[in-house]
This record gives sequence, structure tokens and C-alpha cells, in this order.
Amino acid sequence: MKLESIKDFFVTQVGIITSNRFGKFGASIILFFGVVALLAPWIAPHDLWESLRDSNGKLAMLRPPSLEFPLGTTAMGRDILSQMIFATRTTFLIGLVSGLISIVIGANIGLLSAFYGGKIDEILMRFTDIVYGMPFLPFLIVLISLFGRNIWFVIIAICCIVWRTSARVVRSQALAIRQRQFIMAARARGCSNLRIIYGHIMPNILPLLLLYTSFNIAWSVLAEAGASFLGFSDPDNLTWGGMLYNLWISGKIRTAWWWFAWPSICIILLVSSLVFISRAYEEVANPRLKQR
Amino acid sequence: MILEIENLKTYYQTEKGVVKANDGISLSIKENEVVGLAGESGCGKSTLIRTIIRLVPKSAQVTADKMKFNGQDILSMPEKDFREKILWQGISLVPQSAMNALNPVYRVGEQCIEAINAHTEYDKAECEKIVKRLFDAVGLQAGMMKAYPHEFSGGMRQRAMIAMSLVLNPALVIMDEPTTGLDVLVQERILRNIKEIRQKAKSAASILLITHDISVIAEMSDRIGIMYAGRLMESAESMELFNEPYHPYTLGLKNAFPSIKAIDRELISIPGSPPNLIEDIPGCVFAFRCPFVIAECEKTRPPDLEVRPGHVVHCIRTDHVEEFRKLAGDKKTWQSSRSAT
Repeated sequence: MKLESIKDFFVTQVGIITSNRFGKFGASIILFFGVVALLAPWIAPHDLWESLRDSNGKLAMLRPPSLEFPLGTTAMGRDILSQMIFATRTTFLIGLVSGLISIVIGANIGLLSAFYGGKIDEILMRFTDIVYGMPFLPFLIVLISLFGRNIWFVIIAICCIVWRTSARVVRSQALAIRQRQFIMAARARGCSNLRIIYGHIMPNILPLLLLYTSFNIAWSVLAEAGASFLGFSDPDNLTWGGMLYNLWISGKIRTAWWWFAWPSICIILLVSSLVFISRAYEEVANPRLKQR
Repeated sequence: MILEIENLKTYYQTEKGVVKANDGISLSIKENEVVGLAGESGCGKSTLIRTIIRLVPKSAQVTADKMKFNGQDILSMPEKDFREKILWQGISLVPQSAMNALNPVYRVGEQCIEAINAHTEYDKAECEKIVKRLFDAVGLQAGMMKAYPHEFSGGMRQRAMIAMSLVLNPALVIMDEPTTGLDVLVQERILRNIKEIRQKAKSAASILLITHDISVIAEMSDRIGIMYAGRLMESAESMELFNEPYHPYTLGLKNAFPSIKAIDRELISIPGSPPNLIEDIPGCVFAFRCPFVIAECEKTRPPDLEVRPGHVVHCIRTDHVEEFRKLAGDKKTWQSSRSAT
């Protein structure tokens, strides 16, 4: 029964995403990136920090895409394809983990604040307002430089900011659900507060939660790319943003278009795929969108 | 006695003042008895049942001289005990507009089982057996347990709610306008259903039935209470209340209701409208609309007078009742009250 309902859940989710053309596109892109991220060490042709030499024994510096180096090389003669593959892994990890953590934080703050109301609502929402007042990137940079340039600190720093939007949206939805008759009926049945929050209100806003999960992942990826580009990333774990940072400090941004193009395209692809998936969920949460 | 309430007061604190939604209500329900409460909208019926099952907001002030369920004091009982031991096992609720009382994201059967699970430790098979038996009793197919609420019609949802209220054999079922919003045929079927289930079930529950539809109450109840502006005006055995009403308000209500026996009779409404519950009314709350009012009525609050065993009237002029009954049938009598002019 339990296993079946979990399977049911995933079948429904896949159905929602693939019912929409954009959703299908987004899902396939993400699936592709996911596979690449998972298999990174096995499919990357070179080590990402290895300076390569061509057949003549010369250092392969700033080579444009060719058969030997499909995506070109960097100023240090490193293979961009291998860097891209490993960067996919790190970017994916950061995006996924901070996206999920931030939706958990945001959903809980929203639900508790909507359900209990009064002082708790006041405190939690004012706290959210304060977080809203923080400028995204500068705060991220301060946090990262405070904590240290480690991948997990980057994740924590992103989570600290990204949850705020989901908290507000979840709260407003939960406020509406809380007033519905069936919540009173559940209370009359003797349901405890927690049971009402997580057993009765949350399932009713699930499409919204999934929508904001993908939004949050997209936001996290963008935030990470921004911070990395400015040099605030884990030097041992290369990300797409980190690659752009390396390009910037090498000063070859005007000549090495390939070094610039691949990470940028991938960031755009991943973020827009996530947005496409959220659109598919949005149509479930708000069916009127379908008619447009 | 299943439920004993004495002098129950539920006050809501608002910005404009204190709203006395229930102002000194005394009510008791015996084993196996159906008690009907009737009254206009906003007279405190729903507040009364919400107070009983503690669904009033925390800001409401609830006081009572006595509020006992099966001998246990349910006014001072800790929240957790009340929720776990009294709710649903002792007192269950068929909420107003059962149409919306089912959570749209769960199967109906699951919701019934949740109610059982929350209070007992039956395993899944037992739970399903209980729900199946009750679905059968209310005339729903067992297969419908797997359906979602939106697949049910209004009448079916109502019946599912009634089934759900009975899963734990409660001693008291509170029905808050169980037939509102349904057409007369479905209404009739549900009322018959309730009666049948009571006959079938081994431990027949007492029922507190709340509605503003007097005919529903007349059909179902053993005893009837008439509420007005947060107070219980009159309560008596059903037949007695209809045949020998004492309170002028009950007399007025009787006039305002069509009778099958006298089709030609003109319906007489009571002029005016109920008082605002924020107002401080020292005397009788009905005085302003009452055609038989005397100066004394406005000064002191009438006592709950037991005119006959089991027949309680909230009026000081019960000794003039013969004269009232004679005059009440005349439209002019009602037009003479102050609220009419």
C-alpha cells in the first residue's frame, strides 16, 4: 500500500510534467544533465585540472572546438568538455540540495505561520520580511567569505535566502485552505494541530510546493553562478559559474568564445528547463493558465 | 443523562463590544434521545455546538455552571484529554454543509479510517470492516470508499459524513443543519436514513439536531428547544411544544409556518428582527418584538420556568398563556408590537 501510493505519486508527477510540451522539453534536459552529473568521473575524457598537450607535444592553449578537443580548451590547456562534465555535477548538487532545503524551510515557516496566526505569524512573517530586505548577491558573498569557500557553506548561504519567497506564497495558500470547512471537520474529528497542518493542509498545496521546489532550484543555480562568477566558490569543486570566473581572470573573454559559450548555455538551459517544469505544475495549481 | 449543560455562556470579545452569542443556556440530553434546536440565523445555535466540542476560537470566553458529558466535566478537561477521549468517541459532529467537509485530496474511505485511527488501535482490516458496514447502513456502496469527494453527489457526501460520524459508536451525535442545501427528496432520504441507522445500531446514539427548518425538527426530534438571540426560549417534548406552546415567540413561529391541515390559513410573520447581540439587554431579549410585553419584561431577565415536568419556558407571563394563544392567531396582535410601528 505504502509503496504503491509512492509509485502512484511519481506516476502522477511524471504525467503532470509530460502533459505539457515545455515540461517535456525541460524534463529531458534535466534528465540529460542528471545522467551526466551521475556518470561524470566515467564519461569525462580527461582530468579537469590536467594541462593537455596536442600531438606535436605543444601545450594545447585556447584551442577552439575541434575533433581532439570537442569543446575547446582553456588558457591553461585544460579540456573544457571534462570541466563542463564535472561542473555539471557540482552545479546540480548545489542546486538540488539548496533548492530542496529551502523549500522545506519555506514551506514549514509558511504553514506554521498561517496555521497558528497571531504572534507566531507576526514573528515568522516579520523575520521573512527582514530576509526579504537583504540584497541577494551581496549577502551571499558576505556569508561565503564569512564561512569559507566550501561547497557546503555555499549551499547553506543560498538556503538562507532562497526560502523567503516560498514561505510567503505557502502562507497565503495555507491561510485560504485553513478556513475551509473540512479543516474544521478534521478538528472536530479530534485531529491534532500537527496532523491538520501536515495531513490536511499540506497535501492541498502540494502542486504549489512542487512548483516552488523547481523555482527554488533554479534560483539556487543562478545564485551559485553569480557568486562563483565573482569568485566566491569552492576552488576544489568547479561549477559553471566558476568556469566563467576562470575565463574572466584569464583575461581572454574577448577571444575564447567557446570557453564563454558552453557554461552560459548550460546555465540558461538548466534554469529555463526548471522554469518550464514549474510552468507545467503551475497549470495544475491554476488551471486557467491552460486556456491561454 | 448524556449531556448536561447549565447556564452556558459564550461571549466573543470584539472591537465594538462583547457579543453574547450564547447567554445562559441550559440543556440536557438523555440517552437515546433526539433533541432538536431551532432558531433563526444568528441566534447562537452553531455557537452552542461549537462550544460543546470546543471549536470556538480561543478568544471566546466560555463559562458554565455545569457542562458534563456522561458525568465527566468537559468544561475544565485538559485539551489533550478532550481531543483524544471525548471527541468522536463520545461526541461526533456532522458539520454544517457536509458538501465541503470532506478533504478533497483524500479518498472518502481513507478519511473515515483516519477518524478511527486517530482514536483507537484497530488494524486496517477492522477499520475497513467498520466503514464498510456504515457505508452500507447509509446506503452507499462499499466501492465508493475508494472514490474522492468530488466524485460524490451532495447527498452522497452528506451520507458519507453521517457514516463517518458513527464510526466509533459515539454516545452523542451533533448534526449541524444536516439537510441544508439538499432538495426535499434527498432530505427525506437522509432523515429516514438517520432513523434507520438508529434502529439498526445496537447502541443507539443520542442526537442533537440543529436546524432552522422546523419541519425537519418536528419529524425527527423527541424534544425541541427554541432558541432566540443566544437564549433558549422554550423547550418541551415535541408534541407538547407544537400543541401547547407557552412562549410568545414559539406562538409566533407557529404562525409563520404553513400547516398541511389548514392550507388557507394566512401566514403571519413576526415583525422586526432579532436584537444585535452586542446590546446589553437587561430584560427579555424578545420583549421588543413581543405583542404581549409589559413593563416588567424589560427590567429583569425572565427565569427558566418549568411549567410542566420537562417543559421549560423563558417568560414571566406564562400565567396568561391561554389569552396569548387565543390572540396569537390574529394578525393584528402582531402588528401591535412596538417593532411593527
